[in-house]
Amino acid sequence: MDTPRAGQGQNLFQKVWKAHTVRTLPNGQVQLFIGLHLIHEVTSPQAFGMLRDLGLKVPYPHRTFATVDHIVPTDTRAEPFRDELAQGMIDALRTACKEFGIAFFDLHSGRQGIVHVIGPELGLTQPGQTIACGDSHTSTHGAFGAIAFGIGTSQVRDVLATQTMALDPLKVRRIEVNGKLGLGVYAKDVILHIIRKLGVKGGTGYAYEFAGSVFDAFSMEERMTVCNMSIEGGARVGYVNPDATTFAYLKGRPYAPQGAEWDAAVARWKALASDPGAAYDDVVKIDAAEIRPTVTWGINPGQAIFVDENVPTVEGAPAEQKAGVAEALEYMKLPAGAPIKGAKVDVCFIGSCTNSRISDLREVAKYVKGRRVAAGVKALVVPGSEQIRDQAVKEGLDKIYREAGFEWRDAGCSMCLAMNPDKLAGDQLCASSSNRNFKGRQGSPTGRTILMSPLMVAAAALTGQVSDCREVFEVEAVGTD
Amino acid sequence: MPLPKIKHVAGRAVCVPGDDIDTDRIIPARFMKCVTFDGLGQYAFYDVRFDPDSGKPLNHPLDRLEHKNAAILISGNNFGCGSSREHAPQALQKFGIRAVVAGSFAEIFFGNCTTLGIPCVSVADADREKLVQQLSANPAADACVDLEALKVRVGECSVPCTIKEGARKALLEGQWDAIGLLLEGAAQAGQLEAELHYLVKRA
Repeated sequence: MDTPRAGQGQNLFQKVWKAHTVRTLPNGQVQLFIGLHLIHEVTSPQAFGMLRDLGLKVPYPHRTFATVDHIVPTDTRAEPFRDELAQGMIDALRTACKEFGIAFFDLHSGRQGIVHVIGPELGLTQPGQTIACGDSHTSTHGAFGAIAFGIGTSQVRDVLATQTMALDPLKVRRIEVNGKLGLGVYAKDVILHIIRKLGVKGGTGYAYEFAGSVFDAFSMEERMTVCNMSIEGGARVGYVNPDATTFAYLKGRPYAPQGAEWDAAVARWKALASDPGAAYDDVVKIDAAEIRPTVTWGINPGQAIFVDENVPTVEGAPAEQKAGVAEALEYMKLPAGAPIKGAKVDVCFIGSCTNSRISDLREVAKYVKGRRVAAGVKALVVPGSEQIRDQAVKEGLDKIYREAGFEWRDAGCSMCLAMNPDKLAGDQLCASSSNRNFKGRQGSPTGRTILMSPLMVAAAALTGQVSDCREVFEVEAVGTD
Repeated sequence: MPLPKIKHVAGRAVCVPGDDIDTDRIIPARFMKCVTFDGLGQYAFYDVRFDPDSGKPLNHPLDRLEHKNAAILISGNNFGCGSSREHAPQALQKFGIRAVVAGSFAEIFFGNCTTLGIPCVSVADADREKLVQQLSANPAADACVDLEALKVRVGECSVPCTIKEGARKALLEGQWDAIGLLLEGAAQAGQLEAELHYLVKRA
């Protein structure tokens, strides 16, 4: 890593931070104005409770938007839900939104979905914004050149009551990925590789600026996949500078500026991108050609290997990692030193705020069409939003998946964190397109997760084991021109 | 509303070893189906305290008599990584934890704890090892996290610690919950809002 500090210009993070700084607080933190606040049913009901207790109002209700995603059943959405607690949470959010005058994209509105999927697709997420949401994957919105923070419930209260929050400034690390991605290598592999290289705490105290020819060529949805997992590398914020791809994605979306306002907005957005020669606290350069399809083998997203590598051994691990490797191997029950390829999977999950967008569903459908999920494997496809669901149905993708033996579900977070009925049982092994392989993450205290790209999940589903998508399918190049 | 000034936290200590302990482990998502934080304490670190099949207690240090009412939690590096759920520090606080000592902390968790008045102090690996040794020799030893002197003590063993200066100041001065200060800045926030070009309220 080299550390150029001599740059003259400003990076996007610095520009957006400055434009939203209300004042410096006595302890040195900054009171930062939050332009867009997104809320959901898990982390906001308590915040509304705090507002009521303190007798506080919401002064800028037009800057908060709500949806329901974490607890929503994906098989049937008939209410009342079988789970009374889940019903209580959605009811609490509906009541609060009415009481405080907040727009709510409810079930069946045609706009409900995972909060980090619907913000962009509705055009709410725009370059140069500060965004907060009580969810760590809020970093997703950085794909548009926004500075987006995952926050806790007390900060949700702060944003509701003041539209501001108290924050320490972040350092900025520019991560450049240059060159051409190999066959079967997706945005998911790029971010898993970055986290593997820099570690799960490597980004603590940093915002990650993702750049280089690979990001220039990426679609908005690919950029979102990468920014989404910034937090898995310890970086609370991740972003990509806005460019023509960003503007083309946003144009015509319901909340995007229209007409003359559109032209003025694009001019403003262009000026927000990091200046050539901007200063960074750190710069990391990665060669795209070194990245191969990547899978996790352990219990955090940094414990990853290329699919054609072997599971690590305790003996082979550096001294400071031995305990962690031993703990992960014990939990995952994967044979140390053996290929990960061939590990038998029980469940395959395509979904989550990382990989549930229409481009993910189109890409995988292209390859699974006319093929069959292996006997004994439960395979789920969970679109990220009602809009994606409807678009996929319009294109006949649901039919392709169903005929291949996948269950086609309704929109929500589903098995990424299993707050709804979609859960692993016992120590089932799940090939998952989600973002976390933590112990117990997918709903069973002993359930096991292997993170990978959606096409790698499909390869696992069809073969019943961890497989190399480059061997299962005749893959075509993506993400490069 | 005036908040207490938190200059030190004293009591018994308990260790949950390991690096990268994520907030899913501190409180599994299945216990987050609630609309208040009340009652979360019983679910703190649930999956290491109870057998996943039988549900029987596993005699985890958190449940042992010698660590009863422990106020100080000691753990490894990158403590609290993962989800932003405030349910994690809320569960720890309701379990009785009033300070956390670790090698390092994930950022969102650190901020969530500070806002609840839970100091999170970092102690170097070798020094933390000394504290843990002291604790295993004398599990019921009295312990203290001293934010003024920047020291952590377990029994006779005292080691230096660090904490972000802004958080330390906020805790020492009783301003760890920022809401009061943020409300004081409302007029300035309103001026800034009027200059923002996006999501402008239409008449």
